[in-house]
Amino acid sequence: MNRDTVIKVENVSKQYRLGQVGSGTLSHDLKRWWAVTRGKEDPFLKVGVKNDRTQKVKSDYAWALKDINFHIEQGDTLGIIGKNGAGKSTLLKLLSRVTSPTLGQIKIKGRIASLLEVGTGFHPELTGRENIYLNGAILGMTKKEISSKFDEIVAFAGVELYIDTPVKRYSSGMYVRLAFGVAAHLEPEILIVDEVLAVGDAEFQKKCLGKMGDVASHGRTIIFVSHNMQAVQSLCKTTLYLKAGEVVEIGRTDKVINNYLRREVKNQMSISWNDENEAPGNDTLTLMSAEIVPKVAKESDVMTVASETDMKFRFILRKPMSLNLSLHLNTPTGLCIFNVSTASVPLGIGEHESILKIPANLLNDDIYTIRLLFVKDSSSIVYAAEELLTFEVADIPREGNWFGKWEGAVRPQLDFSLK
Amino acid sequence: MMTNDVSGSSAAAYSEQWDSIIGPQKGKFSLNLKEVWRYKDLLMLFVKKDIITVYKQTVLGPIWFLLQPIMTTVIFTFIFGGVAKIQTDDIPKGIFYMGSLTMWNYFADTLNVTSKTFSDNASVFGKVYFPRIILPISKVLSGFVKLCIQFSIFMVMWVYYTFVTHQIHPNMTLLLFPVLLLTLSLLSLGFGIIVTSLTTKYRDLAFLIGFGVQLWQYATPIIYPLSGQSPRTQFWLLLNPLTSIIEAFKYGFLGKGVFSPGWLCYSIVFTLVTLLSGIFVFNRVEKKFIDTV
Repeated sequence: MNRDTVIKVENVSKQYRLGQVGSGTLSHDLKRWWAVTRGKEDPFLKVGVKNDRTQKVKSDYAWALKDINFHIEQGDTLGIIGKNGAGKSTLLKLLSRVTSPTLGQIKIKGRIASLLEVGTGFHPELTGRENIYLNGAILGMTKKEISSKFDEIVAFAGVELYIDTPVKRYSSGMYVRLAFGVAAHLEPEILIVDEVLAVGDAEFQKKCLGKMGDVASHGRTIIFVSHNMQAVQSLCKTTLYLKAGEVVEIGRTDKVINNYLRREVKNQMSISWNDENEAPGNDTLTLMSAEIVPKVAKESDVMTVASETDMKFRFILRKPMSLNLSLHLNTPTGLCIFNVSTASVPLGIGEHESILKIPANLLNDDIYTIRLLFVKDSSSIVYAAEELLTFEVADIPREGNWFGKWEGAVRPQLDFSLK
Repeated sequence: MMTNDVSGSSAAAYSEQWDSIIGPQKGKFSLNLKEVWRYKDLLMLFVKKDIITVYKQTVLGPIWFLLQPIMTTVIFTFIFGGVAKIQTDDIPKGIFYMGSLTMWNYFADTLNVTSKTFSDNASVFGKVYFPRIILPISKVLSGFVKLCIQFSIFMVMWVYYTFVTHQIHPNMTLLLFPVLLLTLSLLSLGFGIIVTSLTTKYRDLAFLIGFGVQLWQYATPIIYPLSGQSPRTQFWLLLNPLTSIIEAFKYGFLGKGVFSPGWLCYSIVFTLVTLLSGIFVFNRVEKKFIDTV
């Protein structure tokens, strides 16, 4: 199918000046002006370092984005992922015309509405009704369009009673709902959404995601930036992976997310502390070590879906109590695969060890993180270790000629017969 | 589906289909009136917001718009007319100050707010795109609405002194009033957007502007008539583009003043040059200011 290209990003680069803006600007401006008048290249475009936060920067200028090229067709939903500082926000700002690129061009067909935050331009003294109109107009709607959507917006936000009250008297929840309500009822050809979904409670987030799914299914183009891989996965067909201002990969979402996790999430199979004072914990409990021990033939072998695995935890208890351990196995996208718990056991002061045996043929090939809770009397959490360990389970060589990703959260071997 | 596309050459053939092209802007001169027109609803909503937020939660509400010039006029009449004994060309002091102050306040208030366009709205500008020029234009329009309200007091006094007491003798020059108002509006807009564009990089200007506007008031015949000055001083004062506008206004409505078509043309040309340079620098700055502000 030959669809229209609605956004075309060509060799786009964005340079930022580091340090204090203002000091020495005049002299740089004069140098730049002098070079350009003589018909030479801007001397400051040559300098600038790659935006890698791990390296110490020598130059005054940095490239937030460097040579970005891609295009989006009508009806596509594009996710943009990357670590903090990878250039996601800069790219969104360029696409929403908030700022312009240093080099290159972005070509756009159709009306763009960008939602880099909810409630842009809300005035606290104005009533809900007045703010709906003002905010809608700021986001690019005409008065007529807003009027036709007005009742829907109010119903979505659930603020019928307070519509003629100044928004400064709204609860923060009402405020956010109203703001998102306006945004959600925009009908642009292209919708750019930043992580506005990070606001509000889980139910509201679900509502927002659902609304965005609706928008996408109506053939409109969506660009969505998020840290929430689940959200990107469920909403976007295609994903762009940015790292240090450059495109690492663009393609099918599941493939790109997988590569992203592989590259950005580090394997940490064991961790231990020798000094009690440095170890994590609190007055009651100190975690001394955690390790994952796959039963593999050689030490260099990786852990696969067919490996049996032990997880060992050592900790020091300072008060006697009835304790149980609760372990969550999560994917880095935040999906919980399972939650297992030990029985509640009365324990004395001193060092204790806990072992969890994971059988072979349970986990699918993926990356997992561990969240470990220490629970007193099966009711109150004494200590919680978030993302304690991260490990990767590799696939095993398969028979046949299909090598796609094996679907499913788990990959058990069950008795499945055919006669 | 999507692919990496590095060839820029093929795009040229389709370029006319694109609705907008975002590129590094190198001082392109355009007012983009078509786009401003598309956002006219936003413009009107901004004006409305300016007007109604001023008197929200006040007891007197819009009456404040009227009280403000009345109080300044009373104070000016007392200090400059009563204490300092500055003559007012035989025009009743109240209407003399009321007229020139209403005009001056419109100019000064508009200049003050438009000159903060970028710094006051950085948070909105940083999140969403609309033609930036909408904001300063909306400030001029809301200032104009305020002017219309305040001008009604002047009109009441004017009718009284003209038709009841016959102390002032207006002439047909007052038909120039719309031209004067337009020039005044465009001049404040032009200056305002120049200042706000420059302050995005050089903050120092923000300090100068408040001070500068005050000085400017004394360089304009607001509290004194131009006719009272020596020809030499008059020449220097007339170089100030506001002088001939204010004088033409006073001449038309109050019948006294130094009206010179030549100097008025100078003011109009001055205004147009200011406005065009304003739009030029504003266009340059609006593309990138969010990186520096």
